[in-house]
Amino acid sequence: MHAEVEEKEKQSVSLKHMAGTETMIELRGVNKWYGDFHVLKDINLTVRKGERIVVCGPSGSGKSTMIRCINRLEEHQEGIIDVNGVTLTNDLKNIEHIRKDVGMVFQHFNLFPHLTVLENCTLAPIWVRKMPRKETEEIAMKYLERVKIPDQANKYPGQLSGGQQQRVAIARSLCMNPEVMLFDEPTSALDPEMIKEVLDVMIELAQEGMTMICVTHEMGFARTVANRVIFMDGGQIIEENAPEPFFNSPQSERTQLFLSQILSH
Amino acid sequence: MIVNDKNIPSRPAPASTRGIAGWLRENLFSTPGNSVLTFMGLAFLVWAIPPIFQWAVLQADFIGVNKEACTSEGACWVFVSARFQQFMYGFYPDTELWRVNIFFAQMTAVLVWVLWDKMPRRTWGGVWFLTGFPLTSFILLHGGFLGLETVETHKWGGLMLTLVLSLVGMVIALPIGILLALGRRSDMPAVSSFCTVFIEIWRGVPLITILFMASVMLPLFIPGDIELDKLARAMIGISLFEAALIAEVIRGGLQAMPKGQYEAADAMGLSYWQGMRLIIMPQVLKISIPGIVNTFVQLFKDTSLVLIIGLFDLLAVMQAGITDVNWPNISIEAFVFTGFVFWAFCFGMSRYSVALERKLDTGHKS
Repeated sequence: MHAEVEEKEKQSVSLKHMAGTETMIELRGVNKWYGDFHVLKDINLTVRKGERIVVCGPSGSGKSTMIRCINRLEEHQEGIIDVNGVTLTNDLKNIEHIRKDVGMVFQHFNLFPHLTVLENCTLAPIWVRKMPRKETEEIAMKYLERVKIPDQANKYPGQLSGGQQQRVAIARSLCMNPEVMLFDEPTSALDPEMIKEVLDVMIELAQEGMTMICVTHEMGFARTVANRVIFMDGGQIIEENAPEPFFNSPQSERTQLFLSQILSH
Repeated sequence: MIVNDKNIPSRPAPASTRGIAGWLRENLFSTPGNSVLTFMGLAFLVWAIPPIFQWAVLQADFIGVNKEACTSEGACWVFVSARFQQFMYGFYPDTELWRVNIFFAQMTAVLVWVLWDKMPRRTWGGVWFLTGFPLTSFILLHGGFLGLETVETHKWGGLMLTLVLSLVGMVIALPIGILLALGRRSDMPAVSSFCTVFIEIWRGVPLITILFMASVMLPLFIPGDIELDKLARAMIGISLFEAALIAEVIRGGLQAMPKGQYEAADAMGLSYWQGMRLIIMPQVLKISIPGIVNTFVQLFKDTSLVLIIGLFDLLAVMQAGITDVNWPNISIEAFVFTGFVFWAFCFGMSRYSVALERKLDTGHKS
C-alpha cells in the first residue's frame, strides 16, 4: 500500500514541470445549442502544450459536448475554437486538418469490428497520413506494445475484453501521432477490474508529456495526473483549479455538493 | 465464514444433452407438442415422397426424341432433352451456339474466381468481372465485330437471356442502390430529396409497368432516329427498379450502424468517402447480406417478366413449348423442370450468402 502511494507521488512529481507555455487549444466565448436547449454557455478555456486537464461534472453538464466541439464532432454556434494554431471553421479541409492532430478515445471504444486490432491501428495512418503500410504496421506494433497487448494484434475487437478494447482504442489514436488526446469518459463503460489497466496506460501517456483533456470521474486519476481540474454544471465552467485545492477546498457550492456526492463512499 | 480453495475440475455435460440423442431431444422432441409435430412431419414425408419419386424417376421416360417415346405413366423428361437447345439458347442461330457456350464458360470461370475466397488475385477477378467480362460477352453474344455475325437481341433467349438480364441487373443495381441510400441520408437537401423521390417512384411501380413503359413509351420520348435496343431498355428498367429496392435494404443497414462508428471514422480525420468505403460500407453490406440476396433472388425470378415485351427467357421458352401440338399434356413436366432450374440458381445464391455471412463473422455482436 505504502509503495503504491510513493509510486503515485513520484509520478505526480515527475509530471509537475511538463506543461509548456505554448497554447495548444483555446476556446473563447463558445456557445452551443441543441435546438432551443443551451448546452454550452460562454465557455472559455486555454490548454497549453503538455497540459493535462480533467473535466468533471454531473451528467448533462455539457462536458462531453465541450470536448466533442474541439474536433468538430459537434458544431458550436458562437465563439472561437483554436486548435494548434488552426481556427475551426466550416471548411472541411480545416476540420480534417484538425482531426489529424487530435486523437479521441470514446466511452464505448468504437473500434471497427470488421478489422483486426492491427488494421484498426494502421487504417488512419495509411489513408489519412498516406504512409506506407509496412511503416504503419511497425508504428502500430510499437504502440500496441506500449499498451501491453501486442499479442492480440491479429484478433478482432469482438474477441477482446473491454479493457483491452479501450487500450487498443488508445493505441489506435496514438498511431496518428496526435498533438492532443481527448478522452470522453474512457473508463465509464468498463468493468471495475479493467479500469486500472486503462488508467495505467493514460498515466504513462501523461508522463510522456502528451497534452490531454479527460472527461472522467476517476478522481484518483485527476489527483495524480491533472494540472487543472475543471468542474462543469449546466453548460458552464463553474470552477477551475489545480487538483490539490480543487479537492481539498472547493470554492463553489455546486462543486462542494458534487464532490460530496461522488466521494461519499 | 466460507473459504473454498479447492478447484472443482470441469466435467463433461450430461449425456442426454450431447451427441445424437442430445440433438434429437433438443431439436425434435423438446416438448410434447414438438414431438407430435415431428411425427406428423415424418408421416407427411412417408406419404408424399414415394409417389413423387416414382413419378419423377422410377416411372419416367428419359430417352427418345418425341412424345411417342413417353410410354410409361411417369414424367416425360424427353421433352426437356428435345427442347434443350431452346431452353439454353432461345432462338440463337444453330451455327453460332459456340459463342454462347464460351459465354457460359467464361461466366462460370469468372464467378468462381470472384466468389471463391481461395482463388488467387481476386481483385483482378473483380476488375475483369466488371470490365473485360461484359465487354467480351457483348462482342461474343451480339457480334458485328471481328467478323462475327450479328445476332439481334430478340433472338436471345432461354437460360442465356435470364442470366444476362440477372447479371447486368445485379451488377448495376448494387452500386446505384448504395449511392441512392447514401444520398437519401445526405445532409444536402437537394441530394436527399432527389434520391428519395427516385426511390419512391421506382419501387412504387410494378416491374411489369416499368418494362412496358421502357418498351412502348420510352421510344416516344427519345428524339429523332436514335433507336435503343429492346433488351437494353429492359436492362435499364430492371436495373433502376432493383437499385431502388437495394437502396432501401442498404439504408436499413446504415441505420443499424452504431453512431460511434461514424464518429470514430470522423475523429480519425477520414474524409466522408473514405469513412464510408473503409468503415461503414463493409459493415453495412455484411449486415445487409440477407436483404441484398433476397432482392437478387427476386430479381432473378422477375426477369421472367420480360415476356411482356416479347423477350423469351427460360420460362417463356418453356411455355412456348407447352403450346406445341406435338407435345400434348406436357405442362407439368415443363413447369416442374423450369421451377427446379430457377430454384437451383436461387438456392445456390442463398447458400453462398450464408457461407459469406459465416466467413465475415468477426465475433462482434452489438
